[in-house]
Amino acid sequence: MLPTVPLLRQGQVYRSLDVQDICPVQGGDPVARITMANSGLIKRDLSNMSDGRRALQKFSTQDLLDITLKAGDVFLNEELPVGDEGIMQGPEEYLHSLAATSGLPHSLIRMNMERLHGVFSQVPTILKGLSRGMSTDVLDVAYGSQSGVTVSFVPTTNSLGVVLPSNSPAVNALWIPAIAMKTPVVLKPGREEPWTPWRVIQSFIKAGAPAEAFSFYPAHHDGSTAIIRNCNRVMLFGGDDTVKQYENDSRVEVHGAGRSKILIGDDEIENWKDHLDLMVRSISANSGRSCINASCVIVPKYGDEIADALAEALVPMNALAQDDPKASLSGFANPKMAEWINGSIEDGLEEGGAKDVSLQKRDGSERYVQRDGMHYMLPTIVRCDSIDHPIGNTEFLFPYASVIEMPQDEMLSSIGKSLAVAAITKDNSWLDDLIFADHIERLNVGAMPTNHIEWDQPHEGNLFEFLYRRRSIQVA
Amino acid sequence: MNTEQAKEMLDKQLRDILSWHFSDDTGCPFWLDWKNDVGWDPREEVQSFDDIHKFDHFQDEWLRDEKNERFVPKGMGGRPFNVFETGGTTGLPKQRVGWDDYKHDYEMFSETLSDEHFPRGANWIMVGPTGPRRLRLAVEHLAQHRGGSCYHVDLDPRWVKKLIIRKQIDEVERYQKHVIDQAVEIIKHRDIGCMFTTPKLLESIGERISVPGAGIKGVFCGGTTMTPQAVRFWVEEVLEGKTHLVPTYGNTLMGLAVSRPLDDTYSVTYYAPQPRAVLRVVDPKDTAITMPYGEFGRVELTTLTKEFFMPRFLERDEAIRREPIEKCPWDGVGDVRPFGAMEKKVVEGVY
Repeated sequence: MLPTVPLLRQGQVYRSLDVQDICPVQGGDPVARITMANSGLIKRDLSNMSDGRRALQKFSTQDLLDITLKAGDVFLNEELPVGDEGIMQGPEEYLHSLAATSGLPHSLIRMNMERLHGVFSQVPTILKGLSRGMSTDVLDVAYGSQSGVTVSFVPTTNSLGVVLPSNSPAVNALWIPAIAMKTPVVLKPGREEPWTPWRVIQSFIKAGAPAEAFSFYPAHHDGSTAIIRNCNRVMLFGGDDTVKQYENDSRVEVHGAGRSKILIGDDEIENWKDHLDLMVRSISANSGRSCINASCVIVPKYGDEIADALAEALVPMNALAQDDPKASLSGFANPKMAEWINGSIEDGLEEGGAKDVSLQKRDGSERYVQRDGMHYMLPTIVRCDSIDHPIGNTEFLFPYASVIEMPQDEMLSSIGKSLAVAAITKDNSWLDDLIFADHIERLNVGAMPTNHIEWDQPHEGNLFEFLYRRRSIQVA
Repeated sequence: MNTEQAKEMLDKQLRDILSWHFSDDTGCPFWLDWKNDVGWDPREEVQSFDDIHKFDHFQDEWLRDEKNERFVPKGMGGRPFNVFETGGTTGLPKQRVGWDDYKHDYEMFSETLSDEHFPRGANWIMVGPTGPRRLRLAVEHLAQHRGGSCYHVDLDPRWVKKLIIRKQIDEVERYQKHVIDQAVEIIKHRDIGCMFTTPKLLESIGERISVPGAGIKGVFCGGTTMTPQAVRFWVEEVLEGKTHLVPTYGNTLMGLAVSRPLDDTYSVTYYAPQPRAVLRVVDPKDTAITMPYGEFGRVELTTLTKEFFMPRFLERDEAIRREPIEKCPWDGVGDVRPFGAMEKKVVEGVY
């Protein structure tokens, strides 16, 4: 019997009549069915989300942190229901289902499972970091004290809406801490990836979280719109157009292209070979899909040599069988995505001023390849004359980076908005400039890759400040 | 009536209507000129609906490009006509002339409504596109035919479409709220028993008030795609399982197709008001071919009244061809959705 993934309406299972098959990316029989919510239903539910918050308010923040810790272990190790017909899914079945419908290699799924487990287990640290060390019981009472100052926080929303993508299970990490912050979640999964958000929800429920805190709405595009328009706080993922559409809407936090970068200073450039591994990891970890993967390496000199060495180092990252333990490159289930990316790079190269260094390293073989019905973009390092080149400051969903030479004193004013910057330098004066640069969201100082995450640091916005605002309180 | 009798009735209606529209004594300039141009006389060559494919598809641009007077049958005796519009988000809308068809259509429709859910003498409210649309007069006539009066709240779909195309979604929501505010005020303060509205407006009204709680016993709804899940949601939640829902499929060019009673699949199947109009589900690649039962195809409409003859107009919808039923022993169209909805994004369901 095929598992059928239902809706969750504040924890209540609901089977929609709109049932869609989920098929493996390589083709073949469906592996599951998913029932889709109509937009009117979502909108109606969102007009009354008080049950979820009330259910979470019965718990102390510390209780919810404990539940989150336990849920992490459940997620990683235990069998959980998939659908509502008694079909159970262990970690291995989860891995295979996700691999079948997303095309992700098993090794990367395992890595993402560990990463999500890490988030569950680090939520106390994350909450402490986001609230700047505030005692957890401040969310349990009307007001409390932080560093001797009376503080009180009021929720900005009854629920956090999250419109998830299909190609990146790790993004579920971003909403997991909301439960400990007593905020119900309203999730719209990507069509090919209901597995991870469903499993995370079931892990929470099995660990003791109230089911009412979870709403799960697989839906068509109009369902996303219903969530975006009707939740008071929304997290979504998209490209530059989406970012621009919501840039003035304080309710919506868009996670778009990161355009993360590695900058090497004059003082460290002679040691660039020592940092080669750091650069490779920054570009290729998680198959280059994260917004904190480096997509641009900016150096004062040795651009040709660095591009050459990076391209050489990335050659072994090839399209392998999904279950090959060495597989680290994700494919695209949708060939149009791979074709669009490849076309964009080719267009950029044709303009001149940019050279595909990886092409030589692969002895001229194509960047876009197919294997087992999947579509792959092989790692690509492009040596660009300028950061303003059309493919000089661009992020793609695969291991891609441009290498650009630029005097150190021009770097900061040229890089534009950058999510993560790994600054390889010990030059304190330059570091001061970097620290005060508003267009850098995450600054990693020293020999640290762009994708390195300290749990007590906010990621692309502070979730606590998104879900709560400090109110004035004066008690006689 | 069985399917054979229904077919005989349709063939007779077709012959009568062709005699009317292609006779110099009763026909309209448009069709008489058309006959002269093509060089064949439909009165001789089209004897049954099986011959309808001898006509090419009616082009709706003709309803914009030709003067309305060219569609006035001489047989109408010079009576002033109504002008009903369709489309028209930009430029001149398509227009059709009419006299009494809408009354006939809605009186026929009235016969399908139960007195329990659409009580005789109850007042109605129509929330939706009024203005130059046939629907505005038709719903009022329906209310009065059943012994009640009709309140109206207008929604201009052309403006909403423009806002959507410009991505001014905030403005769409403000406009929709403006419409719903008016509807809710009337429903709260007047004695209303029945409603016509569109699905999206019904959902919005249901977010503001309890529709059955306001005393509304029956809603007839039309306008956009009605998926089984959406229909179930309206029946079970918006109408709380208490107010009766009658989905309809209609437009200015056809009249009103009624739906067969809903079952637990909530799949909506419509039956044209045959013999006055005929819906066929055709192969989009060869529209002479009717699709097998149970398969999707493009919806083709033929209208056969003395006021208006329109052969083989290709609707912008696709649907599943469904079997005849006892009350309507001719083909039905099920799960109607915009043509090409699975392949392209269609601006639809704006109201």
